[in-house]
Amino acid sequence: MPRTRVYEAVTERLEILDVEGRVDQALMPALDAEALRGLYRDMVLMRNFDDKALKLQRQGRMGTWPPIKGQEAVQAGVARAMGEHDWLIPAFREHGVMALRGVPLHLIYAYWAGDERGSCYPEGVRCFPVAVPVGSQWQHGAGVGLSLKLSGEDAVAVTFGGDGSTSEGDFHEALNCAAVFGVKAVFVIQNNQWAISVPLHQQTATATLAQKAHAYGMPGIQVDGNDVLAVYVATREAIQRARRGDGPTLIEAVTYRLGDHTTADDASRYRPEGEVEAWEGRDPIQRLRRHLEGAGLWDESQEAVLQEEAHAWVESQVKAFEEMAPQEPEAIFSSMYAELPPHLVEQMNELLAEVRS
Amino acid sequence: MSARAAGGRALHAVPESTTDKLTIAQAVRDAMAGEMERDERVLVLGEDVGVDGGVFRATEGLIERFGPQRVIDTPLAESSIIGMSIGLAATGFRPIAEIQFMGFVYPAVNQLFAHAARLRNRTRGNLSVPMVVRMPYGGGIHPPEHHSESYEAMFLNTPGIKVVVPSNPYDAKGLLTAAIRDPDPVLFMEPKRIYRAFREPVPRDGYTVPIGKAAIAREGEDVSLIAWGAMVRVCLDAAEVLTRSDVAAEVVDLRSLNPLDRETVLASVAKTGRAVVVHEAPRTAGFGAEIAAQIGEHALLQLEAPVRRVAGFDTVFPLARSEQYYLPSRERVIDAVQRVLSY
Ligand SMILES: Cc1ncc(C[n+]2csc(CCOP(=O)(O)OP(=O)(O)O)c2C)c(N)n1
Ligand SMILES: [Mg+2]
Repeated sequence: MPRTRVYEAVTERLEILDVEGRVDQALMPALDAEALRGLYRDMVLMRNFDDKALKLQRQGRMGTWPPIKGQEAVQAGVARAMGEHDWLIPAFREHGVMALRGVPLHLIYAYWAGDERGSCYPEGVRCFPVAVPVGSQWQHGAGVGLSLKLSGEDAVAVTFGGDGSTSEGDFHEALNCAAVFGVKAVFVIQNNQWAISVPLHQQTATATLAQKAHAYGMPGIQVDGNDVLAVYVATREAIQRARRGDGPTLIEAVTYRLGDHTTADDASRYRPEGEVEAWEGRDPIQRLRRHLEGAGLWDESQEAVLQEEAHAWVESQVKAFEEMAPQEPEAIFSSMYAELPPHLVEQMNELLAEVRS
Repeated sequence: MSARAAGGRALHAVPESTTDKLTIAQAVRDAMAGEMERDERVLVLGEDVGVDGGVFRATEGLIERFGPQRVIDTPLAESSIIGMSIGLAATGFRPIAEIQFMGFVYPAVNQLFAHAARLRNRTRGNLSVPMVVRMPYGGGIHPPEHHSESYEAMFLNTPGIKVVVPSNPYDAKGLLTAAIRDPDPVLFMEPKRIYRAFREPVPRDGYTVPIGKAAIAREGEDVSLIAWGAMVRVCLDAAEVLTRSDVAAEVVDLRSLNPLDRETVLASVAKTGRAVVVHEAPRTAGFGAEIAAQIGEHALLQLEAPVRRVAGFDTVFPLARSEQYYLPSRERVIDAVQRVLSY
């Protein structure tokens, strides 16, 4: 028999909460009312602080900002599925999950306003800084996953990246190595359909991104990324698997970038008419709200309280960010090495003499 | 040949009706459009270069004019953009690859260094890589991290790749046209800070500015300011201010870093006896060191003072809010000039 089947694979997609807010009871995770309201609250806070950043940018109070609008369910679902000691390795459109994992919002604002101190997180926050070179962070996630495996620590590395980043060599190398070493990692693709102006079908010839996992020898699953419950369930399963020592998992969360790529971009130049509107109809936040309202777990007055709370929190964070004294000029030198070498001391003094003259 | 005499601003010879007032970004696009029209082997490929017209609009309108077979939106993969360009170039095409920002060239460095720079030599001329790699570089636009870097030194220490940097729209079109017609790989660095800062008359027809020839952007007798790209503007500004203290600074716009027009540099230094090299990249092992060394080797006895460098510090390029501390400024250039004058 010269021709035999040596490999066959199936890729699953998970959906639990539909656009109308109905849930598949058989797949519904055991989350109590408080936890469900918590997921909703997380997403509302994200929408608020994202919106505020765009306003600040228009007023010249913020640098270039990559909005997360539309991707809140991926970020809330993953954050809530993570354990206290798990590591987060973000790309650059993960402000939501970063904030939920303990990165103070005022630092996130500071970073995108162009202040390096925005990447200096409080002790105990297990989060890598933003990685701007697309795809590079997948490798760090594999490395942190290996570190956790070698140290035997009870924690998992959760790495994020975009659909576009799956085209970089780093993505393939990282997932291959992660699977070879059986590291304690979960890889989450925020497939928001676009990499600046390039749509997914020009990024890959495969039907899904999740199926790429098979080629590395790890499980892959696609989830409705605007369904916070599906994201939560898939991530929890993957984290448990990694924690048990059964190796890494790839999760493709299918979502949509409702905003521009960044505040420096104009998405109307390249997106087909009607696409944004269609995805607005699948808004992750409205979907959960419908569910909560239908189940009698949410009403107008609770919504008003939450919006008020979100507003107050965001304003307090803007205040904290804007009250940060500017960095001293020597800050560009002082963290280059553990110890400043003589030629940098010299250059620093040159700068200080100039600034003070 | 250049419409501009060796470095002079002889553009006026071109009748008004045959020029357009273009920015550097528009001149870059004009060069590509002209060469694509002239030579069907010329292709454009990169991230967001097609439908979006490039994040700096340098390829705007090209996909409409030449179609998606010749203006190719690639997947997000720099190594593929360059690696595939090598394959295309070695087999008859003339790819113009865009790396969206010089700070993102790293994934492609293996292809550039290990192959683009070596294929001709490796095959003793049997295969070659007539390719252009365009990259916006440099600071001054307050962007996020990795969008401000000037990595020319790395490429200048890699024999086999030519490196050119225009400082104005006229040169941008002429140098890019020359680069596209060049039989070897050319790294074309675009000073993004002045992409749209000013307009100049640019001939509508195709022309080349020869690679390997510097220009005298301003004549003077007292000191030579040697720069390229966006720093030429900073030097011109400094030279203007220096006239108030009766200092006549000459500004040498290198335009081509490899090959370097040593003759023009040495002639200027022979005249002025003093030189300041200005670049954005970090000082240590920057190209300024090479220029200072060459002046030292060939013109030591004509120097009235040691060559000075005004450069970026040996630090990471800072985020937006500290950018002003890093970039060489007009004041730093003036200060360096005063030091070489009072040496
Ligand atoms: C190596 C590299 N190349 C190019 C860029 C410029 N760039 C920034 S984001 C982006 C698109 C990223 O798309 P995707 O991975 O889908 O993430 P999304 O922006 O959609 O969140 C590009 C091309 C970069 N930051 N890094
Ligand atoms: Mg994307």
